[in-house]
Amino acid sequence: MQNKIKNKYKAIVMGMSSGGTGLLLKMLPLLPADFSLPIIIVIHVHPDSRNTLPPILDDKSGITVKQADDKERIEPAVAYIAPPGYHLMMEEDMTLSLSIDEPVKYSRPSIDVLFETAADACGKDLIGVIFTGANTDGSDGLRKIQNAGGLAIVQDPETAEADIMPRSAIAATKTYHVLTPEEIVQLLIDLAQEG
Amino acid sequence: MKVDKPASENEKIEIRLLLQAVYEKYGYDFRDYQKASIKRRIMRRQSLSNVETISEMQHKLLYDKEFFETLLLDFSINVTEIFRDPSFYRTLREKVIPLLTDRPFLKIWHAGCATGEEVYSMAILLKEEGIFKKTRIYATDINQKVLETAREGIYPIAGLKQGTRNYKKAGGLESFTDYYTARYDRVLMDKSLRENIVFSDHNLATDSSFGEMDVVICRNVLIYFNRELQNRVFRLFRDSLVNGGFLCLGSKETVRICDCSGNFEDFAADEKIYRKESDQCSVISDQVTCRTK
Repeated sequence: MQNKIKNKYKAIVMGMSSGGTGLLLKMLPLLPADFSLPIIIVIHVHPDSRNTLPPILDDKSGITVKQADDKERIEPAVAYIAPPGYHLMMEEDMTLSLSIDEPVKYSRPSIDVLFETAADACGKDLIGVIFTGANTDGSDGLRKIQNAGGLAIVQDPETAEADIMPRSAIAATKTYHVLTPEEIVQLLIDLAQEG
Repeated sequence: MKVDKPASENEKIEIRLLLQAVYEKYGYDFRDYQKASIKRRIMRRQSLSNVETISEMQHKLLYDKEFFETLLLDFSINVTEIFRDPSFYRTLREKVIPLLTDRPFLKIWHAGCATGEEVYSMAILLKEEGIFKKTRIYATDINQKVLETAREGIYPIAGLKQGTRNYKKAGGLESFTDYYTARYDRVLMDKSLRENIVFSDHNLATDSSFGEMDVVICRNVLIYFNRELQNRVFRLFRDSLVNGGFLCLGSKETVRICDCSGNFEDFAADEKIYRKESDQCSVISDQVTCRTK
């Protein structure tokens, strides 16, 4: 399919909007409980929405799923979800930080903000994935990840509930890794095992 | 043979040097702020200013005071709104205020007040609960320009709808229109609210304790500080509070992350409201010394 990607990754960052909840419910439970990479996720939700998603996903998944806490160190086999209404960032020391700066492209949390700070922190040792969504948040961030030498993956727009976000990300990066959610999960499992 | 460090390594060095320059020249210490956020603000100013490199920015801020003032504003502006996180204010009204009503005089320190919307919110709440007259609110921030905006109490009308909604959700007893006058595209907070508020500059990173406070409010400021600075500031708050005084943090912040966590008990942990325990135990460095009562 593609050249064997030999790299020791430090983290995976994911961004999604409309249709993201269903996707996470489908994908995260497919990951093995000893999945060796941390996953950091921005999903656009209403700022007043109650924080029910992480516990539901945690219950259904082998890995731990939780809402990201300020200054939390990222660990393997854990998925961190940005709290509604806050930007989530990655620091050089592999901890997470929060901010309430202005929304970026009307979004807070912003996928671009997570992806850009993660690219700064991890350099080439980063996998970025853009999924379904109704705006173009994340395209700039994914391109930055790619420019830093990281791996850019996008959900096949044909399989997405909203295709604007993935189409924009493909245009921004020209990445060849345009895959279905199931293929993405399998690729991530393969890459996590190689480290 | 010397090898060029990757661009990002150089950037990290440049940022460190820029923050050092700010500290040495102007005395503002941003060196212990969380890096990702401060970097974003630096890069934003860089792209707006037409400077090629961060090193060039450092040069500019040393020799052009106005440019430094602009950057300082970038660093210190924090987004806020009227009755932000209404459930916090509701809990304050229903659980904290009743415990303060019998005190003859109240001192509240609002640290990192930014443009002041939340300070006026507090004033409104205290007025409705009948204790505003005996309260002094000390609202502090590091930036004089921001404080000036807070003093004026003039805000864009765009925030009014959300502010009114928040006020209601926070348990507002009157009509929010009682507290402001609208003119064109601006809203002017009622002058009477300002009577018991003192706006003053104070730097959490460098300045010392602010006095015997009954309540310290510092919401969504600590997230911008690294762990070390957070610890220093928590100690500062502990030393600024009377026994049994209340510490109020932002919804994603916690006192449990700091060394002096033991000095605070949960009061309304869901809303990040803590209470300072009586000084039986004090923590200095790693040593805990306890006085037996």
